Amino acid sequence: MISLLTLALHGALISVSLGLLFCCVRLLLGPSAQDRVLALDTLWMCAMLLCLLLGIRYGSMVYFEAALLIALLGFVSTIALAKFLMRGEIIE
Amino acid sequence: MSGMNHWENLPLWAGLPAALLLILGGGIALIGCLGLMRLPHFYQRIHGPAITITLGTSCILIASMLLFSAQATRPVVHELLITLFVLMTAPMVSMLIMRAAVHRELRKPPPNPPRAESAWNVYGDLAQRPSRTPEPPEMP
Repeated sequence: MISLLTLALHGALISVSLGLLFCCVRLLLGPSAQDRVLALDTLWMCAMLLCLLLGIRYGSMVYFEAALLIALLGFVSTIALAKFLMRGEIIE
Repeated sequence: MSGMNHWENLPLWAGLPAALLLILGGGIALIGCLGLMRLPHFYQRIHGPAITITLGTSCILIASMLLFSAQATRPVVHELLITLFVLMTAPMVSMLIMRAAVHRELRKPPPNPPRAESAWNVYGDLAQRPSRTPEPPEMP
């Protein structure tokens, strides 16, 4: 049981890390600004998933709070960046 | 495997679905990010992270809820906070990015000669139609 869970957990960790790498590739060579904003949003989400998986890996609830904070900050920053792309300023 | 001792006496009814959900969530997140990297156009690329955010996050959060509930032998549901927040905000974020992208693409002047990959190619036949926009005058 424990070996199956360990295998699945490490598979998921490797998958999410590869996803982070793919998002970084799109962030670096995205042709337009909205591509980069989209890649940054996905990067936040993948970092949140990585935090949750590390919380399962180490059996600790502290990682959950970090994941919640990452989700909140990712939402706010993406909204601000999208508003900046559309209007040219954030607070009107 | 060292460092995983806290899951030693995990019951089978929690461990097996959690392992399946972890593999599924990791694979779905990977597929979404692969779509973000590989797809050729922005309007196709915005569909990639949608499954990462909804399906991948939901699978991993349900697995986490199962595992921590089985470990504590009581329902641990505070992962529902992240689920609710992410599921509520993901459509809003993608709609705002999409509106910004459409706004930016349509604010640019139409290409002359028209190209097939332009945002002005709404009906897909812009490359076949003759160009109606006159040549811009030479700036002194």
